[in-house]
Amino acid sequence: MSDQPVLSVSDLSVDLGDTEVLDGVDLTVERGELVGLVGPNGAGKTTLLRAARGTLTPDAGQVLVDGDPVASLSAKAVGRRVATVPQDTSVSFAFSVREIVEMGRTPHVPRFGAMEAADHDAVTRAMERTEVVEFAGRSITEISGGERSRVLLARALAQETPLLLLDEPTASLDPNHRLRTFETVSELVREGRSAVAAIHDLDTAARYCDRIVVVAGGGVIANGPPESVLTTPTLRRAFDVDTVVTDDPITDRPRVTVLPEDAAAAGGPDIPSVDRVHVVAGGGRAGPLLARLSRAGVETTVGPVAAGDSDATVADALEMDTVAVGALDGVDSAALDRVGELAAAAGAVVVADVDLTSGLVPVLDRVSESGKPVYCVEERSLAERTVSQAAAERYRALRGEEGVAASAPELLEALA
Amino acid sequence: MHAARRAAGWSAVLGAALVAVVVLSAGIGPVPVPAETVLKAILEAVVVPTFAGGDFAWRHPFSFSLQQSHRAIVMSVRLPRILLGALVGFALAAAGAVMQGFFRNPMADPSIVGVSSGAAVGAVLSIVAPAVLPFGFGLETTAFAGALVTAFGVYAIATESGKTPVATLLLAGVAVQTFLGAITSFLLLNAGESMREVVYWLMGHLDNAGWDDFVPVAGVPVLPLFVLACFAVLLAYARDLNVLLLGEEEAAGLGIEVERTKQLLLAISALITGAAVAVSGVIGFVGLIVPHVLRLVVGPDHRVLLPTSALAGSAFLVAADTAARSGPQELPVGIVTAAVGAPFFLFLLRKRRVHEL
Repeated sequence: MSDQPVLSVSDLSVDLGDTEVLDGVDLTVERGELVGLVGPNGAGKTTLLRAARGTLTPDAGQVLVDGDPVASLSAKAVGRRVATVPQDTSVSFAFSVREIVEMGRTPHVPRFGAMEAADHDAVTRAMERTEVVEFAGRSITEISGGERSRVLLARALAQETPLLLLDEPTASLDPNHRLRTFETVSELVREGRSAVAAIHDLDTAARYCDRIVVVAGGGVIANGPPESVLTTPTLRRAFDVDTVVTDDPITDRPRVTVLPEDAAAAGGPDIPSVDRVHVVAGGGRAGPLLARLSRAGVETTVGPVAAGDSDATVADALEMDTVAVGALDGVDSAALDRVGELAAAAGAVVVADVDLTSGLVPVLDRVSESGKPVYCVEERSLAERTVSQAAAERYRALRGEEGVAASAPELLEALA
Repeated sequence: MHAARRAAGWSAVLGAALVAVVVLSAGIGPVPVPAETVLKAILEAVVVPTFAGGDFAWRHPFSFSLQQSHRAIVMSVRLPRILLGALVGFALAAAGAVMQGFFRNPMADPSIVGVSSGAAVGAVLSIVAPAVLPFGFGLETTAFAGALVTAFGVYAIATESGKTPVATLLLAGVAVQTFLGAITSFLLLNAGESMREVVYWLMGHLDNAGWDDFVPVAGVPVLPLFVLACFAVLLAYARDLNVLLLGEEEAAGLGIEVERTKQLLLAISALITGAAVAVSGVIGFVGLIVPHVLRLVVGPDHRVLLPTSALAGSAFLVAADTAARSGPQELPVGIVTAAVGAPFFLFLLRKRRVHEL
């Protein structure tokens, strides 16, 4: 096969009715690439996919499929190069599963000819690959939504095209079917096919896509590997939400957490009276608390916290001033001094639900020296948290009865 | 392969049923004729080409000793009517199957784009005011022309920048049918003497059918050939019709030239329906109910559905017309098809999932 891109979209503009859906979009898909399209609803992902397979005529720009303008190709020729797995999987006609998959061969079978051995082989392969053989004889109207979406994937595979377009293929699927669909697609891509998938679920996109293209406001606002595209600023621009991006410890791919919209952030009754707090975090206990504080608009500093601790990641993502220490180094005097400064600069100090280890003793001392009011978040019992008796004693001495909250929202109430 | 086998199997069964209905029907009437005599009379008419001594000639290989009156009743009176009914039923049911698939709507019938209403205006005009028609066109010609003009008009109204959304087509069809209905009613009011003739035509009828109704040109019956040619084209597009059932966007993705295919299916359906309506008037329900029932039996695959619907439509209309002409008073067959078809349809509606294609 040639080296040219499987799909090359340049300067594509589409108006639907009076609204401009896409404006000057460029997109190139190489052989063996799985590209994820993400973006808010109505951003034009589906429109882009429709233009890519020529079922929608753009107002400007060009779409090349395998090097040829899609507009110049017959529907049959396009059907041999591009297959689509549709978003809406409802089929209301009692065709058997096999008949539906056989329809994938439509672009290959001449009008006055029957399906040949090669066609039947392609159908069988597609059905085996998607594991729909077992219900090949059943009616498409009788099987479950998850099974149906696999049948439609099988139909697209039976087309044997170099390019596969998937429009929210797993939007309505349970995690098991979602996984199987994308495992199948990425397997195909490893074998040299290409795929473009519009995906709502950012974690799925991050996990399976080689490249992610963020479509928003009629254009491409980011395009690159998941790590470089799924960032808090980009996601803020695309979706208008605050997010924390962390590394998924299991898949080692970015994981996106959308921060909750707080009543406080919306101007509710819980606006904290302090505008700056210092949080003693660590052990991955403070993430939700930091997110809440950030949403509530409280300037927050954090520390000490071990580099690589998820609390550090969250604080980083939220652009908080953080005292980071090496995981094995312990808290040195420079770090302690910095904690003291930050505590003194804050209106209050919050001790998160951290383990009470001996390393915490000097930290609590510094906090105490700052003379600021101390609030404690206690999600677990003290007994559960106690590692060092000395630290536990110091903690008890520090904690006033009034400043104890059982959760992050309660703390915000206390701060108000 | 599988579909072809199923189509052949079902067609053989329904074809045999059609032959049986034709033979039985030809025996029924004021003068009963035994089925054996009917068969013999039909066989006598069979011709084979021969080349005896270099001379080409048509020969009748069969010859039986039959009552001349029986032979005349079967061959000249009953068989033309029966075969015309078979042809009309064939055409209407085939067009109905195509239109239901085309519109993805089980309530679609061959007249949905106004073909019958257009034919009615043409036919009524030729009865009520033949003087206004040019060239002395006959009723069939004006009816056929009215059908085609209407279908094309509805298509043109519903088409915008090269695309014809089926929903628009459906609504345009309904509006145009209503409008043409008004014209027909107006003509009817002024029909005077010919009122009865007009009403009779509008109800759909097969009486007084003769071999002339098959439009023979130089001894070749053009109408059956025309209907069969149209049917062959529709059959060639059966696979496309299946894919269109998935939705137009999907069909386009699977390599179907959607708009072109729709144009062609619509045009052929209008032609085949127009031809049927021109010779028999507006016979309702055949094109609606027969494909529907067959879909429940053989499934939605048009490669099977189309031929079986056509054959079943044939048999159904022949049977209905036999009932229409063998009662104490001869009825227009359209009354029988509607009177039998509608309750049966309602029965299915209650009994099974008729709302699904």
